[in-house]
Amino acid sequence: MATAPTIAMSVSDDASRKTRPEPILVVDDIVMQFETPDGVLTAVDHMSIDVTPGEFLAVIGPSGCGKSTLFNVIGGLLDGYGGTVTVGGERVSGPHRSIGMIFQEESTFPWRTVVDNVAFPLEIAGIAKAERLERARHFVSLVGLDGFERRYPAELSGGMRQRVSMARTLASEPKILLMDEPFAALDEQTRLLLGDKVLQIQQQLEQTTLLITHNITEAVQLADRIVVMTYRPGKVKRIVKIDLPRPRSSEIVSSEAFGRYVAQIWSDLREEASRGMHDDETLRKGGERS
Amino acid sequence: MTAAAMARGRFVPFALGLGTLAAFFVAVEVLIRLNAINRYIVPMPSQIALAFERVILEEDIVARFWLTFKEAMIAGLMIALVGISIGVLFYRFSLLRRACETWVAAMASAPTVLMYPLFLVIFGRSMWTIIMMGFVAGLPPVILKTIEGFAGTRRVLLNVGRSFRLTPVQQFVKILFPAALPTIFVGVRLGLIFTLINIVGVEFLINFGGLGQLINDLAERYDLAGTYAAICFVILVSVCFFVFTERVEKWLRPVD
Repeated sequence: MATAPTIAMSVSDDASRKTRPEPILVVDDIVMQFETPDGVLTAVDHMSIDVTPGEFLAVIGPSGCGKSTLFNVIGGLLDGYGGTVTVGGERVSGPHRSIGMIFQEESTFPWRTVVDNVAFPLEIAGIAKAERLERARHFVSLVGLDGFERRYPAELSGGMRQRVSMARTLASEPKILLMDEPFAALDEQTRLLLGDKVLQIQQQLEQTTLLITHNITEAVQLADRIVVMTYRPGKVKRIVKIDLPRPRSSEIVSSEAFGRYVAQIWSDLREEASRGMHDDETLRKGGERS
Repeated sequence: MTAAAMARGRFVPFALGLGTLAAFFVAVEVLIRLNAINRYIVPMPSQIALAFERVILEEDIVARFWLTFKEAMIAGLMIALVGISIGVLFYRFSLLRRACETWVAAMASAPTVLMYPLFLVIFGRSMWTIIMMGFVAGLPPVILKTIEGFAGTRRVLLNVGRSFRLTPVQQFVKILFPAALPTIFVGVRLGLIFTLINIVGVEFLINFGGLGQLINDLAERYDLAGTYAAICFVILVSVCFFVFTERVEKWLRPVD
């Protein structure tokens, strides 16, 4: 497995691995390529990461670096990739029962009430109605939506809908929670408050979580470790261990240590984001000429 | 009560709709009485209202209404069952869709009512000629809207289903169908409009029975007020079907 460099503030990944428990999720040497009209595009290039039980890992990178491709590969929604993804030693081929996914786009079912949305995976699992509704109400309460059980998604705000999606995924009791920029469509204040909610739930359930994001603040606020990705093709540029005290809340964003982490990660990301912007401009110029 | 609160209630929009209709009839009545509209072409709304009693008592309206309603109901059920099934097939097999979708769209705009002599030869001068004419006319919008409904289902909803490891049947029943339902119902309503127009039209043309034949009879007798009163019963059939489809949609998908 390829080893990524770590920055001065972090513990070496190799050193930490010796003391860390066995990883529950191992992403080993993933390569994902797509055929495009301009030729073969390598979205993810020999990427390896692992996540230990109860850990919160964030993967951060500029737009177009292959984050969502990685999310889809780990979630089993894409095939035709090189390398392996294993969960608890079991190789993933297709969606895995131990992985629960929360998507970037609004994904509640508009024809179901909040409680019926949350009960969806339990209904699929064949659990009796009374029991599944009781369990669903527990998860609705966990995400702080008590009193909204009989409402439809159209009657809720964007942040509340995203919490419904989160409760629905948590109701399936996955060993690993996989989130793809779940707060991307929300305003900054809602994003911070939802971050608090995610932290609270993650700590309460000791939920192993992998968050894909392009938001540095969000990543530092939530994660134990942050994987910084390069711009196209997406590779591991650096792994940063976040040594901020837990339990955390959104108040941590005003601390000095938090600011240092954000600055260091931004210095890594800035170069990659600039490359991305340059590529985008070149592409647009080419498009205008043709 | 504020204007916004009144608009949200059920009574105010209903009363406003009814009031608008009444105002329209009053305006037509006034314009006819002032000779701005020719009274030998358009009867006065008050004459139409008086004609209802005559049409109901003398023209066997209940049996005619029931026949047209029955024909429309059978044809409506057929377009829903066959149209949605064909739409699902077209969505599932893209080759079939690419091969046939243009033809179905072309059929939607074809004046199929002109094919009634052919249907008379096949089905005879019976209720089934009328039903089949209504069926053929109402089928294309149901097929096209069913395809559109399924194809327009947001990918993320399907990915949610995949992430919960739904079987293809579960994916269809639990996600695809409910997601496509509003669009499918638009198709069913459009189909019902075409079906009813054709049913009444063919009843009119082949003089078989139902409200279409009554309209023909009354028009030939130059009973304009009676003709318009009979047309109101056709509108009533249409209203019945729209209320029915709305209820079914609300039952299948309680919120939108």
